[in-house]
Amino acid sequence: MTTVILLTVTGLVSGLAIGIVVKFFGTTPNPLEEKLLELVPGANCGGCGFAGCEGYAKAMADGSAKPGACPLMNDAVVQEICALLGVESEPRKPMVAVVCCSGDDDHAQRMAFYNGVNDCQNAMLVAGGGKGCVYGCLGLGSCARACPYGAIEIRPNHIAVVHPELCVGCGKCVLACPRRLIKLTPKSAPVHVFCSSPERGALKRKFCSAACIGCRKCVKEAGENQVSMNGSLAVINYDNPPDAAVAAACPTGALRTTAIMESTKG
Amino acid sequence: MIKQLHFYGGIHPAEDKVAQSVPIVEPPILETYIVPLQQHIGAPAKAVVAKGDQVKRGQLLGEAQGFVSAPVHAPTSGVIREVTTCLGPSGAQVPALLLASDGEDTPAEPMPAIDWRQAPPGDLRQRIAAAGIVGKGGAAFPTVVKLSPPPNKKIDTLILNGVECEPCLTADHRLMLERAEDIVTGAQITAHILGAKTILLGIENNKPDAIEVMRQAVGDSGIKVCSLKVRYPQGAEKQLIYAVTGRKVPSGGLPADIGCLVQNVGTAAAIADAVCRGKPLYERVTTVTGTPLVSPGNWRFRVGTTYADAIKLAGGVKEDPIKIISGGPMMGMAVYSLDIPVIKSTSGILLLSQDELTQFDVRPCIRCGRCNDSCPTGMMPGILSVQIENQRYELAEKWHVMDCIECGCCAYTCPASRPLVQHMRRAKAEVQAARRAAKAKAEK
Repeated sequence: MTTVILLTVTGLVSGLAIGIVVKFFGTTPNPLEEKLLELVPGANCGGCGFAGCEGYAKAMADGSAKPGACPLMNDAVVQEICALLGVESEPRKPMVAVVCCSGDDDHAQRMAFYNGVNDCQNAMLVAGGGKGCVYGCLGLGSCARACPYGAIEIRPNHIAVVHPELCVGCGKCVLACPRRLIKLTPKSAPVHVFCSSPERGALKRKFCSAACIGCRKCVKEAGENQVSMNGSLAVINYDNPPDAAVAAACPTGALRTTAIMESTKG
Repeated sequence: MIKQLHFYGGIHPAEDKVAQSVPIVEPPILETYIVPLQQHIGAPAKAVVAKGDQVKRGQLLGEAQGFVSAPVHAPTSGVIREVTTCLGPSGAQVPALLLASDGEDTPAEPMPAIDWRQAPPGDLRQRIAAAGIVGKGGAAFPTVVKLSPPPNKKIDTLILNGVECEPCLTADHRLMLERAEDIVTGAQITAHILGAKTILLGIENNKPDAIEVMRQAVGDSGIKVCSLKVRYPQGAEKQLIYAVTGRKVPSGGLPADIGCLVQNVGTAAAIADAVCRGKPLYERVTTVTGTPLVSPGNWRFRVGTTYADAIKLAGGVKEDPIKIISGGPMMGMAVYSLDIPVIKSTSGILLLSQDELTQFDVRPCIRCGRCNDSCPTGMMPGILSVQIENQRYELAEKWHVMDCIECGCCAYTCPASRPLVQHMRRAKAEVQAARRAAKAKAEK
């Protein structure tokens, strides 16, 4: 009985104390911030560069962030926020992540069998888990686990693939990849170079049959200033991307659309 | 009953020291050697020879870059065929020189011998640096750095490490049997440099012949040979210090903090070679062992001998090895190429057959606590690994993950087959990266 009385009294006193503190020392919430907080998506992915959606709403309210920074908001919501803040909306360029590697088990060689922790960062501690190409995708899914939207799939033949329809371009996977294979590219670009190895073509061929071998066919096929070469690696100019037809020129399949390469092996 | 010297924790895996009765063999001169310019911890050496140069045995090939670095010397006479890169035992590409031997093995002019009893410590340190001596126990830390402790830290005890607690390896054992005098001289030189009063030599009591030989070799030089209870990882620096002196190295500290310095017996022999005979370090004793091998044994390999050549010299294989490990079974690294050369720190090459290899299914931690009992540093590897899996690296740092010596006792005892050492290594890498980032931020 004493316990019940004691707890009730404690509860009442504490409640009263909290009430007094809020009444006299509490801050009045910013009405603009509250409204913005309702409009932000609430996914807390961090793609805007702020700590969660609340941080972004606060930053927008005090004018230190632009409404277009959130990769997840659709244009209607951005317009609404612009109207609230009284600023002009800027044209946005939706981005999408691309894993720049074709080295799945069908194309790339493995030098050793890896039986350690199922994580790319951990595999990097033991000589890259035995993948022949030291630049290639390890396929252990660090990026897939980092993705808040479930847009990255680890295919059964051990390569990470981004599903562009699910990807919002927040860039979390870019940091998660220990081999720095993931690039944020404009959603409008139809083809990408699925290889990141700066090695000589012959050396790449030793480990991977789908590597960019630096044959320059795509450079010739594409329009002026659309594809350039960086050593033996083709680089797409994403300000002026070539159209999907260029992919047909690639002899290895390193230059292709985001459509998933189907496994040729059972 | 006599109290047996040992440390806290540890395990006793099967010893499998099949090559312990095989004397050290001098292999014939090979046609080519791949000499890596980084055979040590620290900055790689800078090549001082170019493609096409004629070199003699013991000639300087690469000079040390900075203080924590070591020079590299030619293993035999011949022509530098290429300045290239090669795969190191850690799996990373390192700069290397391809040396085509001329078969003559002409020695270069040796450095003059030094009478170490009269020589000032500075001269001796210089000689040890010039001879490219690094710790031969496994970490390959440049010896001269170890022998130059900060002036406020006085080293009073030198501990020689003849423990060889790794299963399968017998290189140090054979070295103690065959070169006991040199080890004693090397130890005395080291003690002379440091001004250490006490010299202790730790040997596990599964090597009674080595204990006997060393006791005879030390004579009345004042070196004390300590027989230790067999327990892995007794050969780890901090564990050995505790076993022979009872002193504990503080967390995050160095043996110099408690006035100790540990040196491998192989390093001591190399110091004797460098000081008394002017011979730089270009060869080492390596155990090549494993059930797939026809004749396991101990070889005095020149650095740059590839693993393929080493296995060929050991009579080749009678069955296909499924795993090849550089070092011992507990702390060695699995390698995926036989083009890796033997370097100054290669203590063993171990081949495993199909039935010796176990593939584990990792299961969740069942909190049995076996890892806690076996951890020689007194950590809690099981619980730590769970936190590390959840990427709580700050917590791991608070729980002293940086004290982990990666001995593998926890993973060896784990009934759930958890890859605990890999988790620890991940956390250590993350903590180190965070510390570097914080330091860079502070400097900015």
